[in-house]
Amino acid sequence: MTISIDRVEEAAFEIMKRAAIEIPKDYKQGIQALQKTETGKLPRFVIHAMQDNWEAADQDRRPMCADTGLPRYYVKVGNNASVQRGFVAVERALRKATADATLAVPLRPNRVHPLWRTDNNNNVGINAPEIEWSFEPDADWVDITTVHKGGLFGTDYRMLFPGDGIDGIKRFVLDTLIAFGKRGLACQPAIVGIGLGGSKDTCMQLGKQAACLRVVGDRNPDPKIAELERELMTLGNSIGMGAMGFVGSSMVVDCHIEVGHTHTGGMPISLHTFCLSSRRATARIHPDGNIEYRTDPQWFTPYLRRETVEW
Amino acid sequence: MVSPQDDELKVFHINLPATTEDLARLELGSAVYLTGLVYTAREGIYKKVLDEGLEAPVELRGLSNVNFHCSPAAAPNEDGGYNVGAVTATASFRFSKWIPKWMEKTGCRIFIGKGGMPADDYKRVLAPGGAIYLTTVGYGTGALLGRGIKRVQDVFWLDELGIAQAMWMFDVENFGPFIVESDLEGNSLFAQHAEVINAGIDKLYAGLKPPALHRYGETDDRKNEVM
Repeated sequence: MTISIDRVEEAAFEIMKRAAIEIPKDYKQGIQALQKTETGKLPRFVIHAMQDNWEAADQDRRPMCADTGLPRYYVKVGNNASVQRGFVAVERALRKATADATLAVPLRPNRVHPLWRTDNNNNVGINAPEIEWSFEPDADWVDITTVHKGGLFGTDYRMLFPGDGIDGIKRFVLDTLIAFGKRGLACQPAIVGIGLGGSKDTCMQLGKQAACLRVVGDRNPDPKIAELERELMTLGNSIGMGAMGFVGSSMVVDCHIEVGHTHTGGMPISLHTFCLSSRRATARIHPDGNIEYRTDPQWFTPYLRRETVEW
Repeated sequence: MVSPQDDELKVFHINLPATTEDLARLELGSAVYLTGLVYTAREGIYKKVLDEGLEAPVELRGLSNVNFHCSPAAAPNEDGGYNVGAVTATASFRFSKWIPKWMEKTGCRIFIGKGGMPADDYKRVLAPGGAIYLTTVGYGTGALLGRGIKRVQDVFWLDELGIAQAMWMFDVENFGPFIVESDLEGNSLFAQHAEVINAGIDKLYAGLKPPALHRYGETDDRKNEVM
């Protein structure tokens, strides 16, 4: 059975709206847990105000943050799924939903040409919105996730070497969190995503996905990596800095690490921070036209993390 | 364990335009709400007025002395006006070079934005000109600030600069919360907090071996700010 292209566009529009307005439950609970242990009064005031803001956004159905960031999509296609008019039509539907949501929600038209600074006023342009594709065996649905994430501060990349080891990772994490945590440029407490390995571009991509496509409380299936996630979270929260860079104790809501096999001589690392307005929403579109909405993208499936040739 | 209730700051309400008396009362780290007329201006406006020497689209002196470094999420509505969903500040330090001339030209007394200005700007420019800096909270109380906007009084240079960079004139009521980052003496809340945090940085790195590759163009003094 073929998935109707109208349902794809409808779902894409709806998740744009939900992402902009509704804070995901996992992030909210993570912040509420941090609030109980935060040592600084100013950071506590900030966290309190942010919760009031989420409530106001939900009640008024207005965006929680005016910085739309760079709204973009992650699509996971079941191996047995087919879509009416094909995947060119899907890409067109996602661009149309972005433009429509920009006017309807409204979202700030953030996307401009990098040199001419011209704005199409609809968050659509050259290579925008980004659409990343992945696949899932034995499924006949299509999952569409949107993420709205600011992008000026809080992200960094470094080529480490095997000899740098865990110390090198810790240095990089501290450097990045301290640099962008001051004055709260990273809009912390944040979900910290770390990409480790791969080629340089994969490394950046994995870190971004680790921050934006895994929920608070989720652990990497490799127990040693899971342990490192916990250790880096503790490290980040020991800097002595809280929300807005005020003296406090809450910098990291959770830390997620994703790895990719990399060059034998290197250990590239990237870090991304998903902020106090962590905006993500997912829709699963079934061939019978049914659409299910959720806030856990379920992006990193065992298939996506596979290590072998065969599946 | 601390009580999550213990997060109350001292609160000030100011009717705009702000007077010297209003600003003199403010204490670093207190919360502020504004009522009156606020305008947005950032690099697009500063370039046109200060670099290119174009006439400002409206005479601000006497009208509003509050410059918000922000771009709203706004869209035209069917009545010919605008729906403003959310407003969130943008990082102010990037506008540092235009601030002295802007204050001189418009008599601006309150700058609102994200993250403050370099601490030296307060002593050198803002405080001597009788101006203070309020930081937004979070950052991203976009919905709360959106609620505080009662009406879009006007918008200038929308076609030339686009929604993000245009000059928006907002009638606001209990617009906030903001936190007092700098006072009329040029003190900075962020600088005071950074000093405390900086004192603990060296011990975080104690025992970590130096990196294999040393890079050009970056600082390794972690007490510096990146801005």
